[in-house]
Amino acid sequence: MQLPDAEALCSDLAGAMRPGIDPARTVLVGIHTGGVWVAERLHAALGLKIPAGSMDVSFYRDDFNQRGLHANARASHIPFEVEGAHVVIVDDVLYTGRTIRAAMNELFDFGRPARIDLAVLTDRGGRELPIAPTFCPHSMSLPTSQMLALERAADGRLSFRVMEK
Amino acid sequence: MSFMTAAGNPQLNRHGELNHLLTIEGLPRDVLTRILDTAAPFSEVAEREVKKIPLLRGKSVFNLFFENSTRTRTTFEIAAKRLSADVINLNINTSSANKGETLLDTADNLAAMQADMFVVRHASSGAPYLIARHLAATGRDHIHVVNAGDGRHAHPTQGLLDMYTIRHYKKDFSQLTVAVVGDVLHSRVARSQIHALTTLGVPEVRVIAPKTLLPTGIERLGVRVFNDMREGLRGVDVVMMLRLQNERMQGALLPSTQEYFKSWGLTPEKLALAKPDAIVMHPGPMNRGVEIDSAVADGGQAVILPQVTFGIAVRMAVMAMLAGN
Repeated sequence: MQLPDAEALCSDLAGAMRPGIDPARTVLVGIHTGGVWVAERLHAALGLKIPAGSMDVSFYRDDFNQRGLHANARASHIPFEVEGAHVVIVDDVLYTGRTIRAAMNELFDFGRPARIDLAVLTDRGGRELPIAPTFCPHSMSLPTSQMLALERAADGRLSFRVMEK
Repeated sequence: MSFMTAAGNPQLNRHGELNHLLTIEGLPRDVLTRILDTAAPFSEVAEREVKKIPLLRGKSVFNLFFENSTRTRTTFEIAAKRLSADVINLNINTSSANKGETLLDTADNLAAMQADMFVVRHASSGAPYLIARHLAATGRDHIHVVNAGDGRHAHPTQGLLDMYTIRHYKKDFSQLTVAVVGDVLHSRVARSQIHALTTLGVPEVRVIAPKTLLPTGIERLGVRVFNDMREGLRGVDVVMMLRLQNERMQGALLPSTQEYFKSWGLTPEKLALAKPDAIVMHPGPMNRGVEIDSAVADGGQAVILPQVTFGIAVRMAVMAMLAGN
């Protein structure tokens, strides 16, 4: 299968977001790990003034009782006031929607945002919750046996890879 | 004293994951490191508007304190509450034990109330093991046991939070000289610290104490013994003070607390023999003017209050890991 060009999708995503954001006020929160890389790109491309945040949703996952605590949980880092903010949650791939639900739950523990949008590079289908992206330049259909992951090379280039679960 | 069974480490499940936390002794380095790594993101939760995460939502944690301890019980309670667990505190020296109920009867009754975790403090070494083994023998291994201090044996979460504190300030264990000072004989904290330090690869662990407050054979744990405090403190990176446990003393092990302070109290003058950037730790509660001078306890090298704060994150990490395994 032909995988999308992650670099091109980063530019497309920034283009799609530009009319909907205010560089002086909009804040980004990238979800570890791929979403953080994408948020870094968007932050630069859109010329945002407020530093981007990052989130590890391990503490909010709904499969904790089945799978236990994620082995490499990291601290979330939100370097701005969430109360009243326009927050764009950024991830690489939208799939079941469970990660986004966890991210929204976590975000609310930092404050009440005025508005939350969701920006992803691609929507691979397979939603299990009523969640839709606000900004999404690409969609594809992958069987549930496969995982789509964003990778970052040593030179910083982003690319997609498909793995069998 | 060792509680290892022939069947292996009773703390680990069949996948080698932590099912109970009973002692640091015998835990592999990667398990200790994983706990310390896991604790780091939990410490960030305390900085939030809402200091709570939903991991243990709907779970019941019973603090079973057969021996008093306000501080340890409180930090376990805060940790469990920040994980959204329901916490039930039982001070059992004032309840059923006085009416003759046995330890295992108490555990059975609480298990029948759908307990998910027991945090156990007991004056007798091995009490948390007894509960863990009883739960396993009766097919209730899904209930996790955390040892919050048993007799003179172990206080693993204190040992872990001490390691977290050392790593926070010193970054790396592999170059350190660490001194454990004071009443080692009565101290479960000292045993947990020594096992943790040697497991994590600290090249020189010193024990500094009067001969009357040293257990026989302590050298076998891989420590260097000093009976002179000045000599022992020379060049150390970390000074871990112990509380003089007057309440556990039987007979005349010491002349007087004033005499003790003269020889074994940490004063600014003795601390000056350690490295200039040495940190001073104490598990609390402190006997000021007995094992530690107020000038040191409140001084710039003391990290005693950060230890308390880190203790919450470490206990959250331990409880979350156990509940998820």
